[in-house]
Amino acid sequence: MILQMGWRNIWRNKRRTAVILVAVIIGVWAMIFMGALMRGIADQMVKNSIATLTGHIQLQDAAFRNDPVIEHFLKAPDKLAPVLGRLPADARWTQRIRVNAVAANARHSDGVVLAGIDPGREAKISFIGDAVYQGRYLGEDDLNGIIVGRALLEKFETRLGHKLVLMSQGADGEIASRAFRIVGVFRAELQSTEKQFVFVTLPAAQQMLKTGDEVSEIAILLGNYRDAAAVANSIRAGITDQTVTVYTWQQLLPLVSSIMKMYDGFILVWFIVVFIAMGFGLVNTILMAVFERVREFGLLRSLGMKPRLVVAEVLAESFFLLAIGTLVGNLLGLASVWLLSGSGIDLSAFAQGMEFAGMSRIIIPVVYVRDVVSADLTVFLLGLLISLYPAVKAARFTPVEAMAHT
Amino acid sequence: MLSMVNFILHTWFFSGVSFAFYFILHTCLYAEHKMNIVECRDVKKVYHQGHLAVTALDGITLAIEQGGFVALAGPSGSGKTTLLNIIGGLDRADEGSVTLDGNALGEMSEAMLAELRLRKVGFVFQSFNLIPVLSAVENVEFGMLLQGVPAAERRQRAWAMLDDVGLAGLYHRRPSELSGGQQQRVAVARAIVSDPAIVLADEPTANLDSATGKGLLELMLRMNETKKATFIFSTHDKMVMDFARRLVMLRDGKVVEDTRK
Repeated sequence: MILQMGWRNIWRNKRRTAVILVAVIIGVWAMIFMGALMRGIADQMVKNSIATLTGHIQLQDAAFRNDPVIEHFLKAPDKLAPVLGRLPADARWTQRIRVNAVAANARHSDGVVLAGIDPGREAKISFIGDAVYQGRYLGEDDLNGIIVGRALLEKFETRLGHKLVLMSQGADGEIASRAFRIVGVFRAELQSTEKQFVFVTLPAAQQMLKTGDEVSEIAILLGNYRDAAAVANSIRAGITDQTVTVYTWQQLLPLVSSIMKMYDGFILVWFIVVFIAMGFGLVNTILMAVFERVREFGLLRSLGMKPRLVVAEVLAESFFLLAIGTLVGNLLGLASVWLLSGSGIDLSAFAQGMEFAGMSRIIIPVVYVRDVVSADLTVFLLGLLISLYPAVKAARFTPVEAMAHT
Repeated sequence: MLSMVNFILHTWFFSGVSFAFYFILHTCLYAEHKMNIVECRDVKKVYHQGHLAVTALDGITLAIEQGGFVALAGPSGSGKTTLLNIIGGLDRADEGSVTLDGNALGEMSEAMLAELRLRKVGFVFQSFNLIPVLSAVENVEFGMLLQGVPAAERRQRAWAMLDDVGLAGLYHRRPSELSGGQQQRVAVARAIVSDPAIVLADEPTANLDSATGKGLLELMLRMNETKKATFIFSTHDKMVMDFARRLVMLRDGKVVEDTRK
């Protein structure tokens, strides 16, 4: 009957109940939706970073990470074939060369990252596989073709079919240079990626740099990024060559890992801010409801109702408000995320500013179950906790004082 | 002997043993000695309003026998509601002692008083008598719910009680859907349904027309006779005074007349 009384009491003043319900619903919706947007931004950053020639795991020479020069390439990548053969069935891998170089044409020159890739394998691992929108992708035996980014093409005022000269340090210590013909243009999520990378085939890069069959890294993409640490450990266990080091994406992208953790903090702060705003409204509403019914609480106490049951009755009212608000807020929040899950939110107009922060132009919200559960628990448990204040007030009315109240 | 038993029982009570067992045993032990359901000895109560002290009760000594139908009458400010509140355990005396069915109210904690009100006292107030969100039958059930009476039993007893007070068929009406007289009948049903030792009614007819008030008094008198419940009213309604079998007149916090009919 206490629950029944709580339920009926909240509908005694429908307008007030509607107002506080809207506040709770908006609060929960904001927690879930904004949380999903933040997760979407962070997820997209991770995906972009992993797709931009990182992968989930990389095998490199032990010295390459601190000093990424040609002398620190993997010396005998073929010896790693047995280890790569034992990767999970849904894992894919490729080997590549990645060195700093200078690109030049008749009008411009600029620093770029020369990526020598295995076209077939690379297409299944990094963004370049489906990023070419003009011209064609690289063929397996293409020794002269080069793919550049749209932004670089515009910057160099060049076009498909024109030549681009690349210069870098060769394995012999001398300047190595080679002219390539632009066969394709790619576009990427970030403009900086379009300016940064140029792609040639692995044999072409090896010939230019005179590295033989050496590569700078072997990149692995897993079916599930959460398996990275476990797979990396099993690879480490299978490698006897001490010069080879295995890195997970968290180690390769420490900044992104930090940002992910930072977003956890952002979301928590966001939850608390929303809850504080909502909590004041909730306490105010319950307090109003309590002070409007002082005589009624006096009657209940006169009839022998114990203070703890009065507390329970007021908390029951709060419980129903929070339960309805949380339920509807969840449904609205998840529906909003679902509506945007296809197209996302296009923030191209702010692309440059967003790139600076490493964000994508289109944000697709992502719901983490733990965020929804955290939002619900925050609203529900803290809501009940702060409702204790008006509930205890109601329980402290003495029967005589309350019955004399006008 | 009785004070020794009382001491043991109170020690047991404070040790956390069930309130219900305490009251049952207490009632059994006092059954033989129980002639007066209420005993007030030199009860004083002073209210402080700022620097002003208002004496509400000024040395009231009064005994009310079990099964009585007693009216406490007097002008406004005479102390009748204060006395009723103190007898019902809603308020405490500043001085003197009050016992209700053998329980010394001055020695009881707030929790014990709440339990006493629940099990031994039925209240009928002048207004704001019923819980507005509960139906008539739920209002009657409410006290039994707090007492832990099983749902089926309390529903059956509540229906029977409502039938008894002439409200058959109105079980599921909310207070706002009942007339003032019907609401007071529900309040009487709620007060009497748990077979309390005493029913305290604070100006029960004040908001009713005379015909409805008379009907309510007849009902309470019938309950007094059939259920053997003690009724104490505070009133300044002539009709209530006429119905009462004993009339205690108060003035300035003192008993000025005590008439038995």
